[in-house]
Amino acid sequence: MNLQVLESQFWSLCLQGVALGFIYVLISLGYTMVYGVLRLINFANSEVFMIGTFATVVAQVGILQNQTDSQSLHGFRLIYTLAFALVFSMVVCGILGILVELVAYRRLRALGAKPLGFLISAIATSIVLLETTRIVTFSRPQTSPRLLDKWSFGEVAGANFRIDTVMVIISGVIIFFVLDRFVTKTRLGKAIRAVSMSEENSKLMGINLNRVVSLTFFIGGLTTGAAAFFYTTVYETTQFNVGFNLGLAAFTTAVLGGIGNLRGAFYGGMFLGVLEQFASAILGSQWKSVTVFTVLVLVLLLKPNGIFGEAVQQTRT
Amino acid sequence: MKLRNYWNLRDAGAQLWEGSNRKGRVTIALSAIVLVALLPFAGASFLATPIAAYDAVLVYPVGVFVLMALGLNIVVGKSGMLDLGYVAFFAIGAYTMALMGTLTSLNTWQIMPFGIAFAMVAGVLLGLPTLRLRGDYLAIVTLGFGEIVRLIALNSSWTKGPNGIANIPMPPDIGPLEFKLDDQKVFFWVVVVMILLTIWMIRRLSIRRPGRAWEAIRQDEDVAELLGVHTLKYKIWSFSLGAAVGGAAGVLYASKNLFIAPEMFTLNVSILILACVVFGGIGNIWGVVVGATILGYLPDRIRFISDARLLVFGIVLVVVMNFRPDGLLPRKKREKIGERAQARL
Repeated sequence: MNLQVLESQFWSLCLQGVALGFIYVLISLGYTMVYGVLRLINFANSEVFMIGTFATVVAQVGILQNQTDSQSLHGFRLIYTLAFALVFSMVVCGILGILVELVAYRRLRALGAKPLGFLISAIATSIVLLETTRIVTFSRPQTSPRLLDKWSFGEVAGANFRIDTVMVIISGVIIFFVLDRFVTKTRLGKAIRAVSMSEENSKLMGINLNRVVSLTFFIGGLTTGAAAFFYTTVYETTQFNVGFNLGLAAFTTAVLGGIGNLRGAFYGGMFLGVLEQFASAILGSQWKSVTVFTVLVLVLLLKPNGIFGEAVQQTRT
Repeated sequence: MKLRNYWNLRDAGAQLWEGSNRKGRVTIALSAIVLVALLPFAGASFLATPIAAYDAVLVYPVGVFVLMALGLNIVVGKSGMLDLGYVAFFAIGAYTMALMGTLTSLNTWQIMPFGIAFAMVAGVLLGLPTLRLRGDYLAIVTLGFGEIVRLIALNSSWTKGPNGIANIPMPPDIGPLEFKLDDQKVFFWVVVVMILLTIWMIRRLSIRRPGRAWEAIRQDEDVAELLGVHTLKYKIWSFSLGAAVGGAAGVLYASKNLFIAPEMFTLNVSILILACVVFGGIGNIWGVVVGATILGYLPDRIRFISDARLLVFGIVLVVVMNFRPDGLLPRKKREKIGERAQARL
C-alpha cells in the first residue's frame, strides 16, 4: 500500500487514467456495438485488438520503411506516417471483424444455435488468431519505433500534458463523437438501431440483416483498430498476448456502462481508466488486472445493467 | 438392427449394451477395463509417441485430460453453463498437494480429500455470487477467476511466486505397485480408477434428481425455475462437483510431476479441456472420453501438431461448432430414453 501517491500524483494519475480510459472506450465499442445487435459477446474482439497493434507496427516499419531504432519524424512526414498507420490498423481490424463474424457467427446464426455454441466458436476463433500470431512472431515482443517525439505541452497541477496523452484524448473524443452521430443520425445507423430493437421486425421492414451485422462488426473493428494504434503509440511495444488484459478491461468498461449502451461505455471507460491507474499506483501494478476483474464481478452482481444503466432505454444502439 | 447403426458408433454401442443381460454387461465392462489397463504395455506398437515417453503421455495429457474433461462436462454438458476458469480448480488441487506435501508429512492419498474439499469450497464461493449471471457473463467471470487464481499463485510469497514449488512427494506404494518416475504405469492405473469413479458418479447422478434438474436447467432455465427446480442450488452442485474432479486431477498431477509453477495453469488449459468436451460431444460421457483421448494423444503422436497444439485445437473447435455442433458422439436424444421408460411401465 502506498497512499502517498494519492497526494503527490493525484492529477497526474487522473490524466493518465483518462487517456487509458479512451483506449478502453474504443475497444469496448467493439463489444458493445456487437452486443447491441446480436445480444452476444464478441469474444474475439481482444484478439482483433492484438492484431491491430501488430498492424500498426507493420504499417510503420514494414510498409513505410521506418527502422525500429530510427529517429523521430517531423512535420508532414510525421503526420502522414501516423495517419497512415491509424487508417491501416483501423481497416485491418475492421475487415478482421467481418471475417470473425463470417467464421464464428454466420453459420451458427443460420442454424439457430444456442448461446453456448456462439460462445465456444467465438472463443475458438480468438484462440486461432492468438496462436497464429504467437507462432508467426515466435512469442517475441515487438517494439514499435518512436516516430513521435514525446514533448510536453507543460504541467498543470503535476499532470504532465504529453503530446501522446493529448493526442489519444482528442482523437478519442472525435472518434466517439463521429460514431455517436453515425448511429443516431444516418440511415445505416438507424438500421443498426432497428436490428438491435427487434431482429424479426427489422427483417420485415426490409433491412438486410446479414449486411447490418457485418457492418456492426466492421465498425467495432474500426474503433478497436484505432485503439490498437493509440496503444502502440503510447506504450511502443506489443506482444501476442497483449489482448487478454486489455480485452478484459474493455469488456468491463462495456459492462460498467451497461453493455449495448454506446454513451454508457464512454463513462465506464473514464471510470475504469482512472480507477486502474490509482489501483496500480497504490497496490502495485501486478494487481491491476485483479482490480479490473473485481470491479467487473461487483458490477455484474450489484448492477448488472451497468452503473449508467438508467439511460439504457433511450440510448441503446 | 438397422444398417445405418453400423455407421453410428454411439447407437451401435448403446444397442449392444441395451441388448445384453446383466452377465453380458459385466463381461463387456470388465473386458473394456482390462483392455484399457493393458494400454501402457502397448508402447512398442504403432501407438508409440515420438516426442515424450509413451507411458507418461498416457498419464498426462491423456488420462488427466479425460478426467478433467469429465469434470468439466458436468458443468458445460450436463447443466449448460460455460466455465472458462476450470483450470483454477486444477490449480487449487495441485497447490494443495504441493503445499501440504512439502510442509506436512501427509501423503498423496491423505491430501487428496483436502484438495477435493478446497476445490469444492472454491467452486461454491465462486458459484454463489456468479451463478445468477447469464451464460456469457458467467463465461467471462469464470475466465477472470481462473486468471486471478494464477495471478495469486504468481504474486504471493507463500506459493513461492513464479519459481513454483519443487520436491513434491510421490504417492506411497500401494502394496506391490511402486510409483516410479521412469515407469508411470501405476500412475496410469490410478488415473483409470479415478476416471471410472467419476463416470460412476456422473451416471448415478444423471438418472436421479440432480441429473434431471441439470437437464431441465440446460434446456431452459426459466422454465425449470417455474416448474419448481431450485436452479441456483443445482447449479452450485454441478459447479462444485466439477470443481471436485478438477481438484482431484490437480492433486494427482502435482504428485506425478513433482514440481508445479503458475505458468502451468494458464487459460490455455481451460480451453484445451473445453475443446476435449466439445469435440467429443457435449454432455455424452463416452463422447467426452473419446474426444479427450484423441485430443490429448494426437499432439504427442504427430510431431508437427505438438508445437501448434492450441492452434489445432482452436481450428478443431471452430470446425466442430460450425459443421457438427453436437460433437463426434452426440448425446442421445432424451425422447428415446423417455419412450423406453414408458414401454417398461
